[in-house]
Amino acid sequence: MTTRTLQFKIYRYDPDQDRKPWMQDIAVEVDAADRKLLDAMVKLKAVDDSLAFRRSCREGVCGSDALNINGRNGLACLADLAGFPDGKPIVLRPLPGLPVIRDLIVDMTQFFKQYHSIRPYLINNDPPPERERLQSPEDREELNGLYECILCACCSTACPSFWWNPDKFVGPAGLLAAYRFIADTRDQATGERLDNLEDPYRLFRCHTIMNCIEVCPKGLNPTRAIGKIKDMMVRRAI
Amino acid sequence: MVKRKIVGAHYGLMDWLVQRITGVVMAVYALIVAVALLMGAGASAASWQAFLSGGPMRFATFIFVVSLCWHAWVGVRDIWMDYVQPAGIRLALHTLTLVALVGYAGWAAQIIWRL
Repeated sequence: MTTRTLQFKIYRYDPDQDRKPWMQDIAVEVDAADRKLLDAMVKLKAVDDSLAFRRSCREGVCGSDALNINGRNGLACLADLAGFPDGKPIVLRPLPGLPVIRDLIVDMTQFFKQYHSIRPYLINNDPPPERERLQSPEDREELNGLYECILCACCSTACPSFWWNPDKFVGPAGLLAAYRFIADTRDQATGERLDNLEDPYRLFRCHTIMNCIEVCPKGLNPTRAIGKIKDMMVRRAI
Repeated sequence: MVKRKIVGAHYGLMDWLVQRITGVVMAVYALIVAVALLMGAGASAASWQAFLSGGPMRFATFIFVVSLCWHAWVGVRDIWMDYVQPAGIRLALHTLTLVALVGYAGWAAQIIWRL
């Protein structure tokens, strides 16, 4: 079986031991069965078991292993090892802009606070029907490209507006989710949802930089969703 | 006072819309000036003055200056909001920006009608 040695440069920080973060040079041997970056990272843990990172489903669904890989946010479980050139170390850092708990693990509290602030659930005060609340296929179509978000935070932590104002700007992930419920014909709180976002910080910190689209591992487009929210606000106001 | 993060000012849409509309106005004006230059309006100081001092052009230039200042107000305020965190300093910068832009608009109007 062919093996390959991969060089890594990994951000390390243990607040109990390190005064400041440092970059660790480390190598690991992978074989043909190791296809994704996460496979190599699991092997890395056998080389140095003090390395800490989050992981769970290993197939791009849970969003736990979001990292900054060679300067670009992405999921380790979706990054093909074949895509990394030989001889150049793979640089792994935690997601930018969030406080580091340890090594590649970041504190996502702020990110989820913003997500919760948009009330990410259907608001409908009508008594629930016997089976389900129905939608026409066309209305359901609008939710495509919105409901698939796995909340990995790749987009929000790639957004400069979120870096500068993470406590006030909802961020691309939160705004994508906000539009998912604004667009839902079964939801009855559209006006309140728009009121909740009509704020120079919460929504209008988005300057259409579009880093969010660039890094989304699910291929979603938060910028378009944000544009649609603004569009609805304009139509409401004029 | 408790230091809590406060959001929910319920404005922002108008600024965002104004930034787009004033952008379009400036683009149209730039196009008019470019066409006039291509047609030789800038050949001499006298022809350039004649072009700018006509009634419709005075109107257009004034609207352009107002659009530019309004556009700059939204844009520069965005920069302060992004990068300057202490509210007092931010308010002072907002005020200075606004004062400067109103002054520039008045100055520009005076120049336009002096031609």
